[in-house]
Amino acid sequence: MEYLLLQMLNGVQLGLLMFLLAAGLTLTLGIMDLVNLAHGSLYMMGAYIAWTLIGVTDSFVLGALLALPATFLLGVAVEAVVIRRLYARDHLTQVLATFGLILFFNELVRAVWGPAGKSIAVPGFLNRTIEILPGVPYPAYRFAIIIVGAGVAILLAWLVARTRLGMVIRAGASNRRMIGALGVNIELLFSLVFGLGAVFAGLAGLMAAPIASVRIGMGDDILILALVIIVIGGIGSIKGAFIAAMVVGQIDIVGRAFLPDLLKTFMSSSAASSAAPAISQVLVYVLMAAVLVWRPTGLFGQRT
Amino acid sequence: MMAALRTPRGLATALILLVLAILPLLTQAFDQRYLLSIGTRIVIWSIAAVSLNMILGYGGLVSFGHAVFFGIGGYAVGILSAHGVSSGWIQWPVALLAATAWAILIGALSLRTRGLYFIMITLAFAQLVYYVGGGLEAYGGDDGLNISRSRFPGVIDLRDKANFYWLCFALLCATLWFCSRYANSRFGLVIRGAKSNELRMTALGFPVFRYRLAAFTISGAFGGLAGILLANEGAYVSPAMMSWMKSGDLIVIVVLGGMGTLFGPLYGTIAFFVLEEALPPLLNLAHKGWGEYWMIVFGPLLVLIALYARGGIDSLLGRRHE
Repeated sequence: MEYLLLQMLNGVQLGLLMFLLAAGLTLTLGIMDLVNLAHGSLYMMGAYIAWTLIGVTDSFVLGALLALPATFLLGVAVEAVVIRRLYARDHLTQVLATFGLILFFNELVRAVWGPAGKSIAVPGFLNRTIEILPGVPYPAYRFAIIIVGAGVAILLAWLVARTRLGMVIRAGASNRRMIGALGVNIELLFSLVFGLGAVFAGLAGLMAAPIASVRIGMGDDILILALVIIVIGGIGSIKGAFIAAMVVGQIDIVGRAFLPDLLKTFMSSSAASSAAPAISQVLVYVLMAAVLVWRPTGLFGQRT
Repeated sequence: MMAALRTPRGLATALILLVLAILPLLTQAFDQRYLLSIGTRIVIWSIAAVSLNMILGYGGLVSFGHAVFFGIGGYAVGILSAHGVSSGWIQWPVALLAATAWAILIGALSLRTRGLYFIMITLAFAQLVYYVGGGLEAYGGDDGLNISRSRFPGVIDLRDKANFYWLCFALLCATLWFCSRYANSRFGLVIRGAKSNELRMTALGFPVFRYRLAAFTISGAFGGLAGILLANEGAYVSPAMMSWMKSGDLIVIVVLGGMGTLFGPLYGTIAFFVLEEALPPLLNLAHKGWGEYWMIVFGPLLVLIALYARGGIDSLLGRRHE
């Protein structure tokens, strides 16, 4: 029972990280109608920039806080140099150009930081366990990720639902030509949203770094998962992305934790432990296929 | 036939095909074995690129999971081989059948969606198979599986590199021939018509979905063929051969060569492999040590091609008249 609770918390934590990544992606897709495969590269860059800044400042919190504006600037720069030219183009051009960006960023990281992976240590004050329930310890760092992730999710919900900027963003997602005609500075809005997406991606990358490792291409596989999440949730829908991220997080973690035992009942234990992660990954894609067959524009996507 | 040779396109294509036809003789004469293995991969990837072009180029359907057919074709050969079935007469038809069946299944589901959702769902299905491949512990899991080349006793010995190359080249020619028939048939015209205006084709009474499903299936079958050859070329199958980056490479190749043109995928594959081989030494000439980071140049080059050169290499060879 406690084991289940812990694994579900891990699922929440993974789900929140993926929500951070998916939020920026679903906004750029919904508002700018842009497929940005290089979003995973921003996730990676966030982690690498944080690694450098943490080394320079010798403080996890300070380094992480400085890395956020840095990824924002990087996002705005990428938008100004490449992305801006892609808005009016078809999806194929966007896929191709941002695929080129992935190759560029992966190689850039290899040239600047070298081919070997980096690791970021869990900050000292979080390097312990806390009792979430009496007698149930949980790593404090993972709990901190949940707090920060949930905080950002609430902030984003408030931003989108309650502020003027959020109103413009929502209006842009449903009809981008109309808000341009109404006198909203579209170019500025797009830069801002892209920069915001970059910050969230960077934040996800640097928070994941102490758990996973900082390595080249770390964003490539999780990007696909983030794309799956926004497709399940419906393109442009923050709410959809959140729900889908939570579901995918649970499937992934709980599948990994409990499938091996289930599979061991009818296969050898080594085969079971190697098949389980694959099956939980496959389940995610099966879920996506099922959702798309049932609702071709995702759970909360706009019907066309 | 002779008139076609007078255009730059005709001449270039004839030269390329001629060089490819006698490549084993050339590499033997100049003692460049390595070039033959690159040549073999170019020919195999060309088959895959031509097959992707059938739906991407002619049909306008951005399938972002075409490398999955490398995997299906390859793994069908690999798994049979692991169980001691080494005869190509059994391996190849089974692999083609598997690729065809998978193409029908995912085509039927994916083609219900449009645009971005289609890109994503084809990608997702490819990832699904990718993870299944990684989870097949009995067949090597993530590490892949070493196999021996398919046997066709008394007909052809594929262990001979030149023989294998010529078989691949013959299959490429057959694929190109099929594609030219496909593109100019009534069937192909429906597919191309649906690319420019789906609504109009539907209004004309064509069941666009069924036509597209047929095209998707044909494309998948040829993709599976490329997978069979790729597995035989390296005598090895692994999930890496169907990673989504490989699907991306295939799209890059088709666009680089020229979408919706018969020989575009062939030009694209050659250009892609030549860039991969030539950029590192060129960069090393400019500054020693830069060659290792050739993708820093290749990535932005891709961005520029996507933005400004969508006609691909084919459009550099002058206007087309059909």
